[in-house]
Amino acid sequence: MTTPTPTTSKDTAVQNETYLIRGARLSSGETTDLILENGVIAELGNGLTRAGATTVDAEGLIALPGLVDLHTHLREPGFEHSETVLTGTRAAASGGYTTVFAMANTSPVADTAGVVEQELSLGEQAGYARVQPIGAVTVGLAGERLAELGAMAESRAKVRVFSDDGLCVSDPQLMRRALEYVKAFDGVIAQHAQDPKLTPGAQMNEGSVSAELGLTGWPAMAEESIIARDVLIAEHVGSRLHICHLSTAGSVEVIRWAKARGINVTAEVTPHHLLLTEELVRSYDARYKVNPPLRRAEDVLALREALADGTIDIVATDHAPHPAEAKECAWAEAANGMVGLESALSVVHESMVETGLIGWADVERVMSRTPAQIGRISGQGLAIAVGNPAEITLYDPAARSDFAVADLRGRSINSPYLGTSLPGRVQATFHRGYATVLGGELVPLEKIQELVASHA
Amino acid sequence: MRHLLDTRTLSRADALSILDVAEDMADTQLREVKKLPTLRGKTVVNLFFEDSTRTRISFEAAAKRLSADVINFSAKGSSVSKGESLKDTAQTLAAIGADAVVIRHGASGAPHTLAASGWIDAGILNAGDGTHEHPTQALLDAFTMRRRIHGAGASRGRDLDGVHVVIVGDILHSRVARSNVWLLSSLGAQVTLVAPPTLLPVGIEGWPASVSYDLDAVLAENPDVVMMLRIQGERMHDAFFPNSREYSRRWGLDDERLARLTGDSIVMHPGPMNRGLEISSGAADSPRSTVLEQVSSGVSVRMAALYLLLSGEREDQR
Repeated sequence: MTTPTPTTSKDTAVQNETYLIRGARLSSGETTDLILENGVIAELGNGLTRAGATTVDAEGLIALPGLVDLHTHLREPGFEHSETVLTGTRAAASGGYTTVFAMANTSPVADTAGVVEQELSLGEQAGYARVQPIGAVTVGLAGERLAELGAMAESRAKVRVFSDDGLCVSDPQLMRRALEYVKAFDGVIAQHAQDPKLTPGAQMNEGSVSAELGLTGWPAMAEESIIARDVLIAEHVGSRLHICHLSTAGSVEVIRWAKARGINVTAEVTPHHLLLTEELVRSYDARYKVNPPLRRAEDVLALREALADGTIDIVATDHAPHPAEAKECAWAEAANGMVGLESALSVVHESMVETGLIGWADVERVMSRTPAQIGRISGQGLAIAVGNPAEITLYDPAARSDFAVADLRGRSINSPYLGTSLPGRVQATFHRGYATVLGGELVPLEKIQELVASHA
Repeated sequence: MRHLLDTRTLSRADALSILDVAEDMADTQLREVKKLPTLRGKTVVNLFFEDSTRTRISFEAAAKRLSADVINFSAKGSSVSKGESLKDTAQTLAAIGADAVVIRHGASGAPHTLAASGWIDAGILNAGDGTHEHPTQALLDAFTMRRRIHGAGASRGRDLDGVHVVIVGDILHSRVARSNVWLLSSLGAQVTLVAPPTLLPVGIEGWPASVSYDLDAVLAENPDVVMMLRIQGERMHDAFFPNSREYSRRWGLDDERLARLTGDSIVMHPGPMNRGLEISSGAADSPRSTVLEQVSSGVSVRMAALYLLLSGEREDQR
């Protein structure tokens, strides 16, 4: 065994790391080798060779552009016992993500240029995925005064997506102003559609199951009425609107109507709303408590259809980590939310691909390309083509296993899928040309830190 | 029986067996010495996260008459976060060696969470959880009806086939109504729920009960049982109804409506009553009223439930 020749500078050693990926299948069905060099896709084709490259056998694996999540809760600053930017981006990388949009409901709230720049820096230091901050629409998420949207847009974080997620911008006049104002910098308002006056104390979907369980209902129309109102406002002022975690069949109808009218609206669905139903609440197991709540089987089917036909544009995780004690309690006392980054691709595979509703080219569109476009982020969600940034996920579609705590790489384990059989496995993730996941395992922190230092 | 969490999943056979054992327990309560040695050495904890003097003393009397050791644990006002206290309290009670935990909690499903958690091995008895269920209340109501209809000596083994029961009031927020709907229908009764539309849950269509907004029309059908539920006057602040006067006029059992009841039909109320609101004093104190019988039935039914829970557990261990 020979010792590798020491290189003259550490920078060169790291930056010159080259990968030769052999035999990956693209979403088009074509099989190809890929060479990743200097942060870009240097070559595509069959029978490629490259001296000194690290070879990755990708036979049987699908190569997708790195996934982009428009809706992640990273919890830092303020709630580091649930998640940090580092642990959250490790979870992201292990799920095949190369970019996450970090929601604004941190403490302090991401409502100033200072906080969004801090989040951006934390992401850069972590190195496992790009972190793109989302700015709050209103100061402190209080729904009263606009936050400094322009300052956040002009900051180093270049914020384009604004959201009070967790809370609805329920005041219609304030929503109108926000939609109008962000036109100045091509921003979008991502609305958490929930009329607070129609959902006091809401615990689960309102219907036959809530009636039986004696849990306060969260009626579908409390979501649908806000979406209907907001698409009309967006139409009137000619603004760009995005609807977070759409969860009901009725919401799908409203979006379909709005798009047919030419209104500039996009919508997301979470993986859990594509797979799980309110029947799970019968266990009173708080892992199934989420906002918006799990809905009826009819809603799940309508959401799948809408994602397949393009009415719903993207899948976003709403990854919401919580410590164990926030879930080990009576239902009404438990926190809302589920972790989702590590399981998202498998759940979409199960609910959309296995069912024959969409193919891998659509997965690429709804989990990478379109979220990047809605978020106006550069260098992400681009096709696998020579010259494009080396942001790539290698996924083994043939695998199947029971989802386990060991599959969770963030700080929290509030997953609804533990013990559930799910298909597929992320084998490798490449971000900025380097691997964050290799052989199905996260690349160790020290190695990533070295790479980050070399890129700095 | 491992736990008694709800009547929704309680089989007809198990329900009848509780009611029949309760008859045996009721017989012992006629003796001069009411105390039985059955649960000597067993520890029953009354874990009450909500105040309820009536239910708590009923369980306490039941456990003591079976010679169990009773610990009353009032968790209300605890300064620790509620979620932590449920887990921590459960583990504490397990460490103390509780054989059964009677739990009253403001959150629907808390007894289920406790039974499924693995925090404690004891039998769990739901003494009312949020707006979900109150199974022993429904059992004592069924026990009371059975005795009135078939006679105290002739009730064993009998069901409530064809008995028309009307439940009137705040169905939406009532755990008593839910437990009664499931239990009474599984015992063969025909249940009608009467309430303002605002106080009926969305999604009620699937329940084994018919629904009406019109108390007078339902009373004209000559029901066998009219069960009035306690209405909380504060509900009017959330616009469930305009005010208590209007509620009382449309959905209260006043003297005039009482006079229209026929045959041997009975008037029930789980207590505590708001006299003059959902029920008049005339109705509450009339010979048709079973309010006090319900209270004594409660002790017999809870004795039966504790006996079946704790003796069943003993069999499991052999």
